[in-house]
Amino acid sequence: MALLEVQDLVIDIPTDSGVLHAVSGLSFSLERGETLAIVGESGSGKSLTSLALMNLLPRRAQRRATRIAFDGIDLQSISAGGMRKLRGNRMAMIFQEPMTSLNPSYTIGNQLMEALTCHRKVSQTEARDRAIYLLEKVGITAADRRLSQYPHQLSGGLRQRVMIAMALMCGPDLIIADEPTTALDVTIQAQILHLLADLQKEFGMAVILVTHDLGVVARVADKVGVMYAGRLVESGTARSVFKHPRHPYTRGLLDCIPVPGRTVPGMPLGAIRGQVPNLIGKLEGCAFRNRCDFAMDACAQTIPLACPEPDHVVRCVRVPMLEASA
Amino acid sequence: MSDTVLELRNVTRTFAISQGMFRQRATLTAVAGVSLKVARGEVYALVGESGSGKSTLAKMLLGLLPASSGEILIDGTPIAATDRIAVARRIQPIFQDPYSSLNPRKSISQLIALPLVVHGIGTGAERQKKVEEMLDVVGLPRRLLDASPSQLSGGQRQRVAIARALIMRPEVVICDEPTSALDVSVQAQILNLLLELKKEFGLTYFFISHNLAVVEHLADRVGVMYLGRFVEERTRAGLFSGPKHPYTQALLESVLTPDPDMGVPDTHLGTMFPNPLTQMQGCAFQPRCPIATDICRTTAPPMAHFADGWAACHHAPGLATLSAA
Repeated sequence: MALLEVQDLVIDIPTDSGVLHAVSGLSFSLERGETLAIVGESGSGKSLTSLALMNLLPRRAQRRATRIAFDGIDLQSISAGGMRKLRGNRMAMIFQEPMTSLNPSYTIGNQLMEALTCHRKVSQTEARDRAIYLLEKVGITAADRRLSQYPHQLSGGLRQRVMIAMALMCGPDLIIADEPTTALDVTIQAQILHLLADLQKEFGMAVILVTHDLGVVARVADKVGVMYAGRLVESGTARSVFKHPRHPYTRGLLDCIPVPGRTVPGMPLGAIRGQVPNLIGKLEGCAFRNRCDFAMDACAQTIPLACPEPDHVVRCVRVPMLEASA
Repeated sequence: MSDTVLELRNVTRTFAISQGMFRQRATLTAVAGVSLKVARGEVYALVGESGSGKSTLAKMLLGLLPASSGEILIDGTPIAATDRIAVARRIQPIFQDPYSSLNPRKSISQLIALPLVVHGIGTGAERQKKVEEMLDVVGLPRRLLDASPSQLSGGQRQRVAIARALIMRPEVVICDEPTSALDVSVQAQILNLLLELKKEFGLTYFFISHNLAVVEHLADRVGVMYLGRFVEERTRAGLFSGPKHPYTQALLESVLTPDPDMGVPDTHLGTMFPNPLTQMQGCAFQPRCPIATDICRTTAPPMAHFADGWAACHHAPGLATLSAA
């Protein structure tokens, strides 16, 4: 049984001008030890998806799904108390902004140890030892002295490491990391990703990585889901998605980034014209069609899923046609 | 080298940091003895991680922060002796975050026209005409003239910031991470625009970034900063094909290209960071350096010169070292 199963996740946010369909019909599953990367630009609904899994959506947002199950536990019918027992314990989250997600009025040590003492019967000394052990693991030197420091005394990179250490305190089965390295410097990003990969091997955690950085995704993910305007437009193994991107949006994204050795310096980069559509109101057909170079009449209808390779699903009407002609 | 637009001569900037009441103030050296020359029409990229002094350097170039010592020259005249308004005519900034660098209460046309107003150029109608021209140049529709920044997307805001920077026809544009707050598809649009504008207006860019893929795409020469010091300065081709400083090497190894066949690189860097408040002996990078030896801990590294630049490292390849014997 998969560790996490999501079927037909829908997130709607009622606004003054109508219902905003932030996420529609999202399905995926995740095994233990696997890394799933959810890629998309701002507004694609990737962060809301991760919040929905943790039951942390803003109150206004409405979540519906055929099934959301974590290790067989139905997350839709779980009580608030039951969810509190899971959250931070078996499911942990690393948030995007370490500046705002640490409490400024408690010390690092306090916040780290609380994560463990909340869920386990451990002594203060044990919790402290675990905190020091993990801080050292995430590459913070003089960890025992750091415990008495406040978040404002740490740099952004250090705060992010503290957030990662905090997520690991209870040894979770699933970590949801929302842009965990975006605020970090490249050398530190490499170190943190390396560390996450090592820890994942060591503890057999499943990781959901939410990011817009395709370089990070290609290097760490087993599975990739590309989101656009609240829908998965392409998903599959990282290998097949990056080697043979099928959806015009995925291809566009890959062409946008300068890659040393592939793009010619100084030459124009590929760019996706236009802007993300407004998600308020009823969305029909392919949401990307107003920016797509290959749009046709059929794109305004409901788009069937195409499966050009095993473990590779694309939501585009052209894919079956191209496969047939090839 | 006659056509140097921007020159830094041994520029240092220190800050006095309070360590609490009754304790002595400590000195933080944000930029230490930086010398560089930027030629006209060049894209000079400055690379380094947060806290390396990139933004302090940018502020000094814009005349927003005086240097503690050393000289900054534009076209041969020191910034310190020049009026700030005159400096602003020649150097303009594009900042990182288009959400905080545009006044939310002004309209787009007011924002773009502001430099003209400050410098007292033209009448209202002339300014309006110039603003409309600039909108065309940066690819924004004219219907946005009366819009407020909150109605614009991130990419559009950054275009407004670019229009505002270029309306004075500056010689040098300081781009401080102009695309790092943007989505990748928008980043490509903005980078393309910057390259076009450079050709059109003959601009010189001082481009600050931590994204090496972007730097490789744009830059002619690259300076690498670490903890306030320049550790390597090379041409783009030279730096990206053969980095000499171990920090530059680690930086280049850390660039994650979207290639699923490669894993996350191990840079072999230590995680020790020197406290920038303590005076450092020897090389600043030494605590993290995988090839550091005793000499690195005691003696400041010499400059090893190459055909296309230099690197400050005791162990730079091509530099005869005592330990090699």
